[in-house]
Amino acid sequence: MTLLEVRGLGKHFAGLHAVDDVDLDISAGEITAIIGPNGAGKSTLFNLLAGFYRPTSGTVRFKDRDVTGMSPHRTVAHGIARTFQTTNLFEDATVLENVLSGRIVRSHSTVFDAVLRSPRHRREERRNLDRAMDALEFTAIADYRDEIASRVPQEVQKRVSIALALATDPELLLLDEPAAGLTEEETGGFAQLIRSIVASGVTVGLVEHRMSMVMSLADHILVLDHGKEIASGTPETVRTDPQVIEAYLGAGHHEQEGTG
Amino acid sequence: MTTNVSPQRLGTLLVALALLLAPLALTGQDYVLRVLTVGATYAIAVYGMNMILGLTGQLSLAHGGFFGIGVYLVGLLTTDYDWAFWPALLVAVVGTTVVGYVAGVVALRTREEYFAIFTMAMGFIIFLVISRWESVTHAHSGVSGVKYPESLGLLDFSDPMLMYYLVLLFLLGAGYVTYAVRRSGVGRTLIAIRTSEDLARSVGVNVGLNKQLAFAASSTFAGLGGGLFAAVQGFVGPSAASVDLTFEMLMFILVGGMGTVMGPVVGTFLVLFLFEFFQDFEAYRFIVVGPIIVALVIFAPRGIVGYLNAFAGHRRSRGPAGGNETGNRSENRVPDTTTEAKETL
Repeated sequence: MTLLEVRGLGKHFAGLHAVDDVDLDISAGEITAIIGPNGAGKSTLFNLLAGFYRPTSGTVRFKDRDVTGMSPHRTVAHGIARTFQTTNLFEDATVLENVLSGRIVRSHSTVFDAVLRSPRHRREERRNLDRAMDALEFTAIADYRDEIASRVPQEVQKRVSIALALATDPELLLLDEPAAGLTEEETGGFAQLIRSIVASGVTVGLVEHRMSMVMSLADHILVLDHGKEIASGTPETVRTDPQVIEAYLGAGHHEQEGTG
Repeated sequence: MTTNVSPQRLGTLLVALALLLAPLALTGQDYVLRVLTVGATYAIAVYGMNMILGLTGQLSLAHGGFFGIGVYLVGLLTTDYDWAFWPALLVAVVGTTVVGYVAGVVALRTREEYFAIFTMAMGFIIFLVISRWESVTHAHSGVSGVKYPESLGLLDFSDPMLMYYLVLLFLLGAGYVTYAVRRSGVGRTLIAIRTSEDLARSVGVNVGLNKQLAFAASSTFAGLGGGLFAAVQGFVGPSAASVDLTFEMLMFILVGGMGTVMGPVVGTFLVLFLFEFFQDFEAYRFIVVGPIIVALVIFAPRGIVGYLNAFAGHRRSRGPAGGNETGNRSENRVPDTTTEAKETL
């Protein structure tokens, strides 16, 4: 089943075609990876899907609903969550408070409920705490819950941002280079985490630079170059595609470890 | 946490007791009691500033103006239009909320320093209207003979002590609302916006709407404080809507601690105390008060309450969490009492 359907999507910045006529199908329960050299438009594509940018052309449909150009607070409510390339957290707050803020979008009690401490509000707060703790345990960082987010190790911060995204109860999770800047060993842990996210029923979209990680994880790969699709398919088809080798792999393996 | 008395709760209790008992200690000293009552009306308005600046992170400099609208609605309605106090207060509260909401629609299109400049201009316009619109506001002659609140049962609010307790009750309400907001999802939403609008957006916060509501709520408190101020003073002039007043309130909240529950009360009363204490210096009092405030901002940038909270939180952060309401939760779950207590008071 196609969860997210992208047709002819384009984003032009003052003459630059950052994303140009891209088609993409993300199937439920799979890991779809988007790869390509630096500046290929991968992050822009994510920003378009999550509603951070308004596309200049094309459509995005999520669960058969048109979400093209919908603002982020609505796409999150519909079930699309994302993480950022540079880890982005509420730095002065604790890890738990960070993850709790992922529950805002699923909360319905108002300021009046809070003032009156209505049963609905208390029930919801309890549920929010439970869900936040579930997300912390799922990402294996429950021990850090009371630490200030900016003071925990980088790997933990990256896990916090995933837990925060998971706390919004997404159906599709867009991960923008989740393993950037991590050691080989930590990357292995992240691959494991991404697999368990999919196993828990959340579909994953992944932008990643490390070829080894992408090839071993992805069910489906879209390769972008200069904003255009140059190949798409299973890891095997993509790996042997001459255009991909030319544009990406052929550019030299040292680039694979680059961050972007 | 072996007992239920955290340093924060103890501090809150002490402040509350001091405010409750103050009139008893001040019998016969009506001037001091009156200063305290006026201070409490300011503190209510400062809770509004806390909502938009402390929690949501938007520096609104229209606050004195909103306070002035509350002052003049009650002032004019109870004199020229001969309304009773209570309906006039209701109109003041609702009216400032509506003005705040509408103003927010325009003002919140700007961000950061532009928002500050824009709201300061709004505050100045409100002041100009009040101080120049002779036929309605009587301009510089002001409004005199503002009514006391009508008695409720046996309570006669022309008694300064009862008036003080009435204002204190509203102040308590403002503090409680802040506390409730602070510990709920609403507070998390506002603080998320304060910390990072982009990240707030990406976790699904409707940033525009929530800023809008916070701005309207902040003007509600300003209107309430202003309406009570008019009744306490009996006579009001345009200075009750001045931009200077905005900056005084800003000073109160900076000294007390932005975003905290107790900050507005502590900051307002402390700075007013300093003002009164150095009263004899008149205009020169800022030479003395100024450096004290600068020192406070340097050594306790989060305000006095923020400083004390951080101090108390640091000592407690490693303590075992043994909340009684949530004892049935599995062991590694944090009872919500600890998370909320950390920065709550």
